Amino acid sequence: MIQALVFYLFAAIAVASGVMVISARNPVHAVLFLILAFFNAAGLFLLNGAEFLAMVLVVVYVGAVAVLFLFVVMLLDINYLKLREGFLQYLPTGGLIGLILLVELVMVYGGWTLSPEAPLSAATRIPAASAMSNTDALGRLIYTHYIYLFQASGLILLVAMIGAILLTLRKREGVRKQSIYRQNSRTKASSVEIRKVQSGGGI
Amino acid sequence: MFHIGLAHYLTVAAILFTLGVAGIFLNRRNVITIMMSIELILLAVNLNFVAFSHALGDLVEAVFTMFILTVAAAEAAIGLAIVVVFFRNRGTIAVEEINQMKG
Repeated sequence: MIQALVFYLFAAIAVASGVMVISARNPVHAVLFLILAFFNAAGLFLLNGAEFLAMVLVVVYVGAVAVLFLFVVMLLDINYLKLREGFLQYLPTGGLIGLILLVELVMVYGGWTLSPEAPLSAATRIPAASAMSNTDALGRLIYTHYIYLFQASGLILLVAMIGAILLTLRKREGVRKQSIYRQNSRTKASSVEIRKVQSGGGI
Repeated sequence: MFHIGLAHYLTVAAILFTLGVAGIFLNRRNVITIMMSIELILLAVNLNFVAFSHALGDLVEAVFTMFILTVAAAEAAIGLAIVVVFFRNRGTIAVEEINQMKG
């Protein structure tokens, strides 16, 4: 009973904030509603017993991705109202395509049931909550069977990080920057010069 | 009604997915909103994975969800970097202005 109520609460807020993400006039509000949708999806994850993934969703999506979106939205000096001009013009097409997609998905779900043998084919059973925590079980699986995929996803993140830094890095002309290397590699011979100065002449 | 099963979660995920796809069509002039719609779509996919993981008692789906999260984070970082660079060069992010590579 309580589980059902919590589910409906999380689901309703998630869907409502999803609607607001795509229809909000102000993109900052859209990002904030995206954060709300992520929080409620994390709640749905928790209801499904995926505690670790729920926390990862909050940390990675809310803490990193959504804040990145917020930074970019606030950083760029854009007239967002101008970008929204065609919204009503695109509404029939977008609504129609969304409706068709939803009907298709409902038809798929309606004519489909889970085979009773399906749970027997599980590759790795979820251990009982009393025996092992969700995080522990996931870690044991990731660091053994899926170690190569795990390393590959780390490489993907590394490449993404280097790519993002390289894309946004720019050398600006006329900016005097401190170069520690050049400061430390100066020697007395290269920087101090003794000259004979004639009296009254100047250099 | 009060017994929450797999179908409930799949329905929520389907609605979120549809909202994401509709969002791409509705905001087709604004790259940032399109990227937020893509995030919604990936979130719906993750929700599907987690719901199936719970229903089948299988942990492998949870592992896949983690990999999807990783790829989504990388995609968002690269995409936003490209948007920032494009804005720096052209002064706009309207989708119809992004046509320099058109033959």
